[in-house]
Amino acid sequence: MTEPLYSLSISRLAPLFAQGEVSPVEVTEALLARIKERDGEVNTYITVDAPGARAMAREAAARLSQGDATPLTGIPLALKDVMVTRGLRTTCGSRILENFIPPYDATVCARLRRAGAVFLGKVNMDEFAMGSSTENSAFGPSHNPWNRDYIPGGSSGGSAAAVAADLCIASLGSDTGGSIRQPASLCGVVGLKPTYGRVSRYGLVAYASSLDQIGPLTKEVRDAAILLQAIAGHDPKDSTSVKAPVPDYQAMLGQEIKGLKIGVPREFFGAGLDPEVEAAVKAALKTLTGLGAELIEVSLPHTEYAVATYYVLAVAEASSNLARYDGVKYGCRAEGKNLLDMYAQTRTRGFGAEVRRRIMLGTYTLSAGYYEAYYRKASQVRALIRQDFEAAWRQCQVIATPVSPTPAFRLGEKVDDPLTMYLSDIFTISANLGGIPGISVPCGFSSRGLPIGLQLMGPVFGEADLLKAAYAFEQATDFHRRKPPL
Amino acid sequence: MALTRDEVLHVANLARLSLLPEEIELFTRQLNDILAYVEKLQELDTTGVPPLAHVIPVFNVLREDEVTSGLSREVALENAPAREEGAFVVPRVI
Repeated sequence: MTEPLYSLSISRLAPLFAQGEVSPVEVTEALLARIKERDGEVNTYITVDAPGARAMAREAAARLSQGDATPLTGIPLALKDVMVTRGLRTTCGSRILENFIPPYDATVCARLRRAGAVFLGKVNMDEFAMGSSTENSAFGPSHNPWNRDYIPGGSSGGSAAAVAADLCIASLGSDTGGSIRQPASLCGVVGLKPTYGRVSRYGLVAYASSLDQIGPLTKEVRDAAILLQAIAGHDPKDSTSVKAPVPDYQAMLGQEIKGLKIGVPREFFGAGLDPEVEAAVKAALKTLTGLGAELIEVSLPHTEYAVATYYVLAVAEASSNLARYDGVKYGCRAEGKNLLDMYAQTRTRGFGAEVRRRIMLGTYTLSAGYYEAYYRKASQVRALIRQDFEAAWRQCQVIATPVSPTPAFRLGEKVDDPLTMYLSDIFTISANLGGIPGISVPCGFSSRGLPIGLQLMGPVFGEADLLKAAYAFEQATDFHRRKPPL
Repeated sequence: MALTRDEVLHVANLARLSLLPEEIELFTRQLNDILAYVEKLQELDTTGVPPLAHVIPVFNVLREDEVTSGLSREVALENAPAREEGAFVVPRVI
């Protein structure tokens, strides 16, 4: 074994565990050591749980020796600090939950525990998942491992950076407007947002309930399939989870994509797209046609309204979801002259500026007299955006686009202008509005050495086909094999 | 639909937020920028389009009326900023 254990993927480790060549305990120790030595440079972890991880690794080793393993047994993971883990601090990147120790597990965490995975700790994020750069964290920004002056993306920036920097084998993040796919793209890793309702949201701290989904960030496509397999499926505790059957997500990996019709929406290739991103994505499309796929120009005519739609719906839902943080039952509490003042002081000190901005926007748009003009109108436009996708699926089977209009930008570059930051979500937001799955795979690098991703989107519950296409592309390229200089 | 400073303060109050003095002007401007941007939605004719509430059609999700276990009181109080005799303590309301 010449390569460091921490640099391996789930797909490479699982057979080594099964054959007894490597122990989960060794891999966990290697990662804990690497986190201690290097995480200071990228600030991906909010909470490292060394004792917990070691205990889980020992249990995993025991299960492996008893022949009672799953593909995730012994695999050390980092979890975005937005999903609750029993007994392990969960902050959502916020001061208001700085000391919150959840008394229960999110369903996805419980499933991963049952599968024998190892939890290294909780990773950094934009506060309450609101942001595209991880600069909105109360625990400091994370840095892009490819160039530490640059953002890793957000809101799952900690997850993406940790995977890219080999500070975990894989990670779970959450995606409401692109928060898995965009950081994955900016950090050169794989990121998958499943169909809405595919993965349980029970225990996922809610930002926008009609848009949020949990999904994997991984070093290779097969790993994303393995993780999705473990977490997908109906959950009686999440009434928005769907009873659709869970297929074998690895079954089609390696199959050819000859004749696959790939829709290329003209609205995603206009002004504002960085020429290097455009070049990398167009080269990726060429690779796909080289594999036998057929490109079809399609139109998603309401794309230009997607960001506005999202920033009405998501902030409205957020203002409602974040009303619970009042200092009464959990979280930080600030003193106040009376109850209302306690609420106001607690929330003002506990929430960062971006969170307060979005709560206020949502409160305004839902307030008396404005609901029709904003929330209801945006819900109607959302219906039109979904119709755009339904029309597209009559012509093609997947849609290929850039993930982000630019590669990563510098830390601090966009913090003063929220609207500019919002506009950078343009390519990922439609998938959340339409409820459809999307995956980001590495497809190139900018002249500054920053990663560029290709997004593939598919019809609802079409993750297996999406993974097949993503896998075919990945195996025909070697972008995923490159590692940052960390 | 430009927000005035007073409206911003009113919205902050509804949201149980208190803006720091230096923030009021900044937030007013930023919120107005964003609201001006989302006005874009008014360009679209959405007559007759039903608002999309469920992106994946799932309706009337019910379960049997069976008693299941929940969090015990002790566990529910574990993260309480202030507690007394099995209850959360808050500033006097009445």
